[in-house]
Amino acid sequence: MSAASNCAPVAPKSKEQLLADLNSCQWRALIIGIMAGIICIVDAFFSPVQFFRSYLFALVFWISFPLGGMAIVMMNHLTGGLWGLPIRRTLEAASRTLPLMLILFVPIFFGMRILYKWAQPAAVRADHVLQYQHIYLNDWFFVVRTIVYFAIWIFWAWLLNRWSAEQDRTGDRRIATRLESFSGPGLVVYGLLITFGSVDWVMSLEPHWYSTIYGLLFMVVQGLAALSFGVYVARRLSDYEPIASYVNPQRFNDLGNLLLTFVILWAYLAFSQFLIIWSGNTKMEIGWYMIRAHGGWAGLALFLILFHFFAPFVILLWRNVKRRMNTIAGVAVGLMFVSLVDVYWLVAPAFQPDQPKLHLLDFAAPTAIGGIWIAVFCRELKRRPLLPVHDPDFAEAFAHGD
Amino acid sequence: MMKRKPVYGLLAEFETPEALLDATQKTHAAGYQRIDAFSPMPIEGLSEACGFEQTKVAPATFIGGAIGASVGFGIQYYASVINFPLNIGGRPYNSWPSFIPITFELTILGASIACLVAMLALNGLPSPYHPVFNVPRFALASRNRFFLCVKARDKQFQLADTRQFLESLAPFGVYEIET
Repeated sequence: MSAASNCAPVAPKSKEQLLADLNSCQWRALIIGIMAGIICIVDAFFSPVQFFRSYLFALVFWISFPLGGMAIVMMNHLTGGLWGLPIRRTLEAASRTLPLMLILFVPIFFGMRILYKWAQPAAVRADHVLQYQHIYLNDWFFVVRTIVYFAIWIFWAWLLNRWSAEQDRTGDRRIATRLESFSGPGLVVYGLLITFGSVDWVMSLEPHWYSTIYGLLFMVVQGLAALSFGVYVARRLSDYEPIASYVNPQRFNDLGNLLLTFVILWAYLAFSQFLIIWSGNTKMEIGWYMIRAHGGWAGLALFLILFHFFAPFVILLWRNVKRRMNTIAGVAVGLMFVSLVDVYWLVAPAFQPDQPKLHLLDFAAPTAIGGIWIAVFCRELKRRPLLPVHDPDFAEAFAHGD
Repeated sequence: MMKRKPVYGLLAEFETPEALLDATQKTHAAGYQRIDAFSPMPIEGLSEACGFEQTKVAPATFIGGAIGASVGFGIQYYASVINFPLNIGGRPYNSWPSFIPITFELTILGASIACLVAMLALNGLPSPYHPVFNVPRFALASRNRFFLCVKARDKQFQLADTRQFLESLAPFGVYEIET
């Protein structure tokens, strides 16, 4: 049948081959990550200020994958549905990299004085708004909060993964109920913590400006990046057994629809924030957009409107695009890149209000963190079965598969 | 004058969804184009097996949405820029951000009306009469039986040959549908 040939144009490769390929991917990513890391460290001696700026941008981008991945896994536990079948194990593996992200966060603690005005005593003395904010925005409390966020996320990810492994081992049906009832509160906790986290890490770079949609905007950025990653990895894994037998165009169609939803949600939230601030037109609020919609940043803003919304929106409307695995994987890669640009547009204008000035570190830092992250992700992916065979929702799909 | 065919088509009855899916795939592979499958519940892959690839509902929805968007934006632009320009808080007449919510709403309205109308126009609903109900056993299609219909309009349809072909798919029974 045509659907089957669409799915696996060549004979699927074996499990052993997958393990070997994941190994080589892991080592390549690690080597690239370490080389880029060395460039970062060397360059950090020449331009320490730029190092922390680029590092923060890179970290905020890469943290999207474990956190967004965990949120999507919880969404899948909560709503059920076959759409999660090809991506659940990928995103679970991504959520197990959270301890790594906490370690990678440590340099930010040392760069607080460089990055954040509220951490500079001279700036605080000169600005009465910062003096009011000092009760919340101060060095030690920032560190404590970040560690608390990570502790809760890591605990949650650990529980979800532990039960998931138990489900694989025992096939106990009650575990699915436990995962489901834990995912509802989990999403609430994730939403609250990422709101606090995004305010602390990014919004406080411009301490005079605030927006209450900001946390939601970050959730969508993270969800979109993680889902795109899941779709891309699912495409790669579908060349191999055992995934090859279980994916079909319908699964990718579902994931494509979900990507479309995230794209629309992003546009909705990003525009809502803009409309409210534009309508209010108060001096305190518009500064954020005055910087980001003028000079060189205007070009990036236009790029985001076109490629974070219009282009993917129109492309993802087509059923044929969503049902062709290679096309939808290509769209997913594009969306990951656009998310990177989005994070850059959110973070970097705080440091360079006039023009975007790309520094070598703006490339080296994301490559370093990304390489190391992908290596750890591959290592985690290898450790568990790739299909949740004992999930009651998926039982029917496995009954129909050969 | 077109010669009126005496039968609407042939109806094959199956006992399991797997048998229906399999028979549908084989019938489509044998070159039959005008086929239809009936089942009490959705069966994954069945519409693809019927050769049902694309409908015109999606493009109609898109066009309806585009018309809604243009009308929504156009009407506001006309009112606030051309017909009755008002200075509101010193903003430009063409304050497009404030036009977006209405534009969005009318996009959805246009798309959903076009979708509904196109769906009804294309599937011929509401349809008070359909020949398949002339087969008494077809009532089971909403309970526990699965039916495959090959319509007489199909180019390849020959009453005896098609009946023989359907018999070869091991159905529970094959029935002629009177028009």
